[in-house]
This record gives sequence, structure tokens and C-alpha cells, in this order.
Amino acid sequence: MANSTATKARAAEAAETQPLTAKGMLASLLAWLIPGAGHLLLKRYGRGLILMASIVTMFVLGLLMQGHIYRPNGGDILDMLGFVGNVGAGGLYFLTLAKDWGQGAIAHATADYGTKYLIVAGLLNFIAVADAYHIAIGKKS
Amino acid sequence: MILELSHFTAAFFFALFASVVFGITQREGVMAQVKYGAYCFAMFLGGVFVAGWVMWMLRH
Repeated sequence: MANSTATKARAAEAAETQPLTAKGMLASLLAWLIPGAGHLLLKRYGRGLILMASIVTMFVLGLLMQGHIYRPNGGDILDMLGFVGNVGAGGLYFLTLAKDWGQGAIAHATADYGTKYLIVAGLLNFIAVADAYHIAIGKKS
Repeated sequence: MILELSHFTAAFFFALFASVVFGITQREGVMAQVKYGAYCFAMFLGGVFVAGWVMWMLRH
């Protein structure tokens, strides 16, 4: 009981120090849809361009290496985890689905690397989204 | 177009991009970001070499 009260107090304190602002939400959404764009919106041009170059290049290399893109209804738990990683790339993921890229070619030895590149590019974009949000709410400079 | 990188080249670029993002997002200030990015990169590639030698020893 006391533990639950302390947890609620900590959550309330965190909500006060990290408010949900429109700017924060917009920066996060934009950062998710277009890697690095959240930082550009917040006038962190250098950071934004480097993040964009890194994440987009990693994603494109993954596609060129014939990596596999996971769909939402993958079936087993590993496919679902792969989907969570992939969907982090936001607009890149949806563009890939729309163009029907990322079918994966197991005949190529590097295709598995490509799959990992695609997943990690999405996960790195999640970190970039959190960074953009923290900058937007003033937690980071 | 199919890109076929060697295992090391693939690991190199993986380490490079991940380190850049880690450096930028996890540290404040340019020097701290560069240092942390370089540290992550060294750890990634160091890990590749260590894992490579461990696999070689297991094989022999």
C-alpha cells in the first residue's frame, strides 16, 4: 500500500517535471515519421541532419542488403519484436510497406545483416524521438 | 541492386551509425558527444574482434 502511494507520488512528480506539451508531441511525432526532423523543427540542425543521415543510411543499407521487413501480423513473438523495431523507422517503414520492398532474400548471406540493420535503424529512431522530446520540453539543451 | 558487404564491413557500418546516434543522444556538448561516440564505436568493434577470436578458439 505504502509502496503504491510512493509510486503514484513519483509518477505525479515526473508528470510535473516532464509535461506533455504540444511542441513536445509535435517534435516527437515528426521525429518518428522522418528521422531527425524533430531536431530540425527544434532548430538543432546539426544534430538533426547527422541523426537523419545515420538512421536513413542504415535503413537504406538494410534494404539494399535484402533485409526482411516484418509485418504487424507476423504470428510468432520474434516477428512481433521485429515489427516493433521496424515500425520505429516511421515514414521509412510505411514507404517500404507501400512499395513492397524488404521481402528478404535468404539466398544472400548478408540478408540477415540487412534485417538487423532495418530493426536497429528503427530502434535508434526511437532513441532520437525521445531525445527530440526531451529537448522540446526543456529537459535537455 | 543487391549490396553484399563482408561480415566485417557490415559490422563496421553498424557500429558507426549506432555510435553516432548514441553519441548525439546520450551526451551534452560536442566534445562529450564525440568522445562517447568514439567510445561506443571502439566497444562495438572491440566486441567484434573478441567474439571473432572466441569463435576461432571454439572452432580449433
